[in-house]
Amino acid sequence: MAPPQKHHILSVLVENKAGVLARVASLFARRGFNIFSLAVAPTDDERFSRITIVVDVEATSVEQITKQLNKLINVVRISELDPADSVERELLLATVRADPAQRGQVIELVQIFEGRILAVGTDVLTVSLEGAPAKVDDFEELLRPYGIVELQRTGRVALPKLVRRPRPRALRAS
Amino acid sequence: MKLTGAQALIKSLEMEGVEVMFGLPGGAILPVYDPIIDSSIRHILVRHEQGAGHMAEGYAHVTGRPGVAMVTSGPAATNIVTPLCDAYMDSIPMVVITGQVAYSSIGSDAFQECDTTGITMSVTKHNWLVTGAQEIPQVVKEAFHIASTGRPGPVLIDVPKDVSNQLMDWYWPDTVELPGYKPTTKGHPRQIKEAAQLLLGSRQPVIYAGGGILKARAAEALRELAELTGIHVVTTLMARGAFPDDHPLCLGMPGMHGNYTAVTSMQQADLLIALGSRFDDRVTGKVDGFAPAAKIIHVDVDPAELGKVRRPDVPIVGDCRLVIEELVTAVRDLLAGGVEPADCSAWNERIDGWRAKYPLAYEPPAEGDALKPQMVLEHLRDSTPDDTIVVSGVGQHQMWASQYWQFNHPYTWVNSGGLGTMGFAVPAAIGAKVGRPDRMVWAVDGDGCFQMTAQELVTASSERIPVKIAILNNAYLGMVRQWQEMFYDERYSEVYLSPDLPDYVKWAEAMGCVGLRAETPEDIQPVIDKANEIDDRPVVVDFRTDSREKVYPMVPAGQSNDAIVVPPFQEGRHGEGGH
Repeated sequence: MAPPQKHHILSVLVENKAGVLARVASLFARRGFNIFSLAVAPTDDERFSRITIVVDVEATSVEQITKQLNKLINVVRISELDPADSVERELLLATVRADPAQRGQVIELVQIFEGRILAVGTDVLTVSLEGAPAKVDDFEELLRPYGIVELQRTGRVALPKLVRRPRPRALRAS
Repeated sequence: MKLTGAQALIKSLEMEGVEVMFGLPGGAILPVYDPIIDSSIRHILVRHEQGAGHMAEGYAHVTGRPGVAMVTSGPAATNIVTPLCDAYMDSIPMVVITGQVAYSSIGSDAFQECDTTGITMSVTKHNWLVTGAQEIPQVVKEAFHIASTGRPGPVLIDVPKDVSNQLMDWYWPDTVELPGYKPTTKGHPRQIKEAAQLLLGSRQPVIYAGGGILKARAAEALRELAELTGIHVVTTLMARGAFPDDHPLCLGMPGMHGNYTAVTSMQQADLLIALGSRFDDRVTGKVDGFAPAAKIIHVDVDPAELGKVRRPDVPIVGDCRLVIEELVTAVRDLLAGGVEPADCSAWNERIDGWRAKYPLAYEPPAEGDALKPQMVLEHLRDSTPDDTIVVSGVGQHQMWASQYWQFNHPYTWVNSGGLGTMGFAVPAAIGAKVGRPDRMVWAVDGDGCFQMTAQELVTASSERIPVKIAILNNAYLGMVRQWQEMFYDERYSEVYLSPDLPDYVKWAEAMGCVGLRAETPEDIQPVIDKANEIDDRPVVVDFRTDSREKVYPMVPAGQSNDAIVVPPFQEGRHGEGGH
């Protein structure tokens, strides 16, 4: 599913403590902000985790969202990544019907997209694809006619593009 | 030195300078109540946990120090959620300690278990579930730091029973380590300069002072700014007393039940200098129609308030006192550099015109009528010391108290503004009196509010805390009645309470207080005089007031402030500023 027309990616550095994700989620619920997707994992520094949140900014200004997030004691820093200035990646896992007649077509599709086949059953395949969200969307759409048994996407993670321009604005208010 | 978690907790509170705490023991907090016997901290035993929370708030309101409340797990924790939310809305520093079932039992639906940190997450500035006794001093230090710095607010520490019993090596941390918490206090110099220029260049400016002035101890700085620039000041419900009502530049309270001049001057201003105020809906009315021509300078320590409701032309993040002091300096520099301030004389004349035409007023009672609540308040105001602390509940009586009292000193007005918590007055007044035993403390309460938390007068009697309660008893949930009269065709649904059920005098006496009653205008003064003489126990006065009396002026909900309704006898005073 494509994100809302006007979305922003917030890369939120948080203290790696119990309940931090609940605080972030609770804040979004209470303030009526919409999360499109959310991914969380520890960083290279074990004291911190990074939450990548794709937010729908049609309803609320990204400024108000970041200011409210910054009020959480465990939130250390927020970077706003404009989709145009960032690299985004997402991982998809899917188990797809692939009876002997169709197996070749599914394998071909996976190869075209540079995905992987992770497991082979008698009439199903489990496949994976890592890529830009739009590519993952296309892959999902093309897999669908074969019959998707189960599908799981991670939600996107992102980092700023390495171009010669100022670093992403840190949104902790001055 | 080995201490139990419980001993470490009480010792940590002592290290933080806590002198008094409000609470009620129970199963999960039992270990922490044992070292209280040997502690220098005074513990005040409440009759309901909500009372402990509001007492801590009242204490914090008048002292500026965090109020401390301690209760057990489960129902005690849920009972204190209302005060936490109240304190969160009004930015009151408060530290609440709750007991929790043993850490090993969490999640098993144990007796009196509830997810306290989960439940209170959205009504605290931060909360902690302590997982080991060794953490306790660090957590307490962080809790007081967070509660009392930046935008103040309530915090909660949830302490499992087995953690309280664990042994730990005592230490007291010198510093707090909070990488995600560094409030900005000093305003940006360029923004301050821009604000100073805008301020001197405006012909119709108004200072919109909010509760942040009091939180930042900025009343003196505000007065200096107002007197230097000659700009009039409105004080919101949370800022009453932040600028003296007897000052010629004071316009009093704006908002839904603000006076005509405060509301209209903001509405027609070309510049609003918002200092520690948050453009609350009760002040702005319909936001689209609020002060349409005004530029906005907005100063707040919480960056999220800037632009939340109205986009400021000059946003300044910082502590109100520091920013105002810098602003005063910047204005002085500009004046010294030869900048001519804009001519505000026409504006000041218009303000004086509104003041003369639409003063706060009510119709005196006809022969045989019940008491007018405003009249009771005027008598009370004129019979008490100038620095009396006034505490109110929520409703008509709150608005009348805010309107008719003269608040000439900061920290003399304690009320529940943001959350609008009925039942706030009695416990908050007790907390205020504990915090300022040298001051006279009068609670102005409604009969509906009083019935919600009156049992705390038992606490006041047993602890010898001589608060005074004026019940404006109109036998109704008066504000709801007023809305039903004005907006629901006088269809009164579930608002009648009865004037004498309960019998407030007997109830007061049963709780160890002196109970008095005033039914006629002649009764008012002698009863107040008698109440003021009593200083060894609480006093409750049952003032029988007129249920038909409504709070005016009023901006109907959802309408622009231009739609302000004045009392019927002031209607038809056409002319400048008429509606």
